[in-house]
Amino acid sequence: MITFESVTKHYPDGTVALDGLDLEVDEGETVVFVGPSGCGKTTTMRLVNRMVTPSSGRVLLDGIDVAEREPAALRRSIGYVIQHTGLFPHYTVRRNVATVPELEGWSRAQRNERVDELLEVVGLPREVAERYPHQLSGGQRQRVGVARALAADPAVMLMDEPFGAVDPLVRSRLQEEFLRLQTEVRKTIVFVTHDVDEALKMGDRIAILADGGRLQQYATPRELLSDPANEFVMDFLGEERGLKRLGLIPVSEVSAEHGPVVYPDDERAVAERSAEAAGLDWVIALSESDVLLGWISTHELVEGPMRDQQIRSFGLHVQANDSLRTALNAMVTNQSAVAVRVSEGDVYEGLLSQQLIAKELE
Amino acid sequence: MTIASATMLINWEWIGRNLGSIGDSVTEHLVLTAPPVVFGFIVSFGLALLARRYRGLYQPLVRSTGVLFAVPSLAFFALLIPFLGLSRANAYVALTVYTLIVLLPNIVEGLDGVPADVTEAADAMGFSAVKRLLKVELPLALPVIIAGLRIATVTIIGLVTITAFIGFGGLGADILTGYNRAFPTQIVVGVTLTAVLSIVADVALLGLQRAVAPWRQEV
Repeated sequence: MITFESVTKHYPDGTVALDGLDLEVDEGETVVFVGPSGCGKTTTMRLVNRMVTPSSGRVLLDGIDVAEREPAALRRSIGYVIQHTGLFPHYTVRRNVATVPELEGWSRAQRNERVDELLEVVGLPREVAERYPHQLSGGQRQRVGVARALAADPAVMLMDEPFGAVDPLVRSRLQEEFLRLQTEVRKTIVFVTHDVDEALKMGDRIAILADGGRLQQYATPRELLSDPANEFVMDFLGEERGLKRLGLIPVSEVSAEHGPVVYPDDERAVAERSAEAAGLDWVIALSESDVLLGWISTHELVEGPMRDQQIRSFGLHVQANDSLRTALNAMVTNQSAVAVRVSEGDVYEGLLSQQLIAKELE
Repeated sequence: MTIASATMLINWEWIGRNLGSIGDSVTEHLVLTAPPVVFGFIVSFGLALLARRYRGLYQPLVRSTGVLFAVPSLAFFALLIPFLGLSRANAYVALTVYTLIVLLPNIVEGLDGVPADVTEAADAMGFSAVKRLLKVELPLALPVIIAGLRIATVTIIGLVTITAFIGFGGLGADILTGYNRAFPTQIVVGVTLTAVLSIVADVALLGLQRAVAPWRQEV
């Protein structure tokens, strides 16, 4: 979809922003350019819509050199979101969002319909449409920025630290929402950030750049974390690489152990046998319909079926789409060597152990 | 001298008899004021665009307007006589030149004051250079530009009185005649109405300045 072919960018003062970059962005994927400030990531992004012209080399969009396209028309076909939003202060939210449709000559009715639709898509109440940007919160402004970029339904979006100017709580929510949105709209996205955690969260693939736009590694987040190409990448990913990797692996990817389970009618002997077979001194108490009730210590067993026993709660549970990092957190929080996996409605699905998780990191 | 005794000096009857010609003076004053402000704005706008295109020109341009502003107005009219005679054009040219010192920097700074992320976004959205100027930069710069227009207009309303010495002057002609005839009433009328015109123009433009920027943060 987007191809960088031995692109260089030198400035008249002698600075080298890019020195022979080759890189390919596939259709529908989110590629994150990440690196320290001054590494040329924003410059690289801006080559795509001709806000920056390469000194040599080519940038192809759908196989066509962008240098052959008329800049204004090219830019109208590409969504653009920046950190400080760049919303037009003298336009209402409605007119801001409708900027590109207006330039493209859509009718007023078409524009209004599109704006209403987009405000809903980015989670803004309809009444903000008639407000001016200064009357919105930082998070709302960012949403308007995203809506404006999506207005003419571009195939490609360029996003330069789009969530950089909001507080961490709002940022994390905007990220989640954007990921959800992206699964629906499937744009080809070039996303620039200096925050490695944001890169790992948002990117299908990540390009790590060093000073002068030297590409260090271009890989999926999991490949980066499990197989960093060099010292620079390793440093950039930071400490806790293992934990970050766990954060990217869903619980559903490891097979949970079945664990020693007992049902309300089971007698004491059944519980003792299950515990012993598993090498544990506790069992998992389920209802007849496999709903998790808690755990029973074998030391506290009294005569009679399980329904008469003292059942303790596990505290945190995990579900299939939680990450292994969440599972590890559940273990630490519960002060236990295992995490219990349940499905919707607390139906028991199995046990995750620390050994199982450690094996994933090998 | 109390205000009461000062008003005694005024010949109200003369004012009553000459309301027509006083009105003419006011009209003439406005006719002498408006063209220089309009021309000054057009010239300044052109120079401002030039200065923004070629940054190196800006300081020399501003300094030149400063030098021109430093020429005493009476001398300026006299200097133009060999070229334009005692004509209305003479008055217009000199007065136009005086507006530049205010209008040029205000237009340039107004346009420069548009936040970088806004112009970046305008480019990235696919505005052409002309559309960006007309739809984004100019509307955002307008409050600063109108602030410049206020100062320029008030300045010119004052300076127009000097054109009395080359045969125009509007209300300035009344002041000069009153002085030559040692007739205080006509002087007071000229001075007062000039001041009133300045204030009215200033307030009107202030209203315009507020009206063009409904999007501004209320302070």
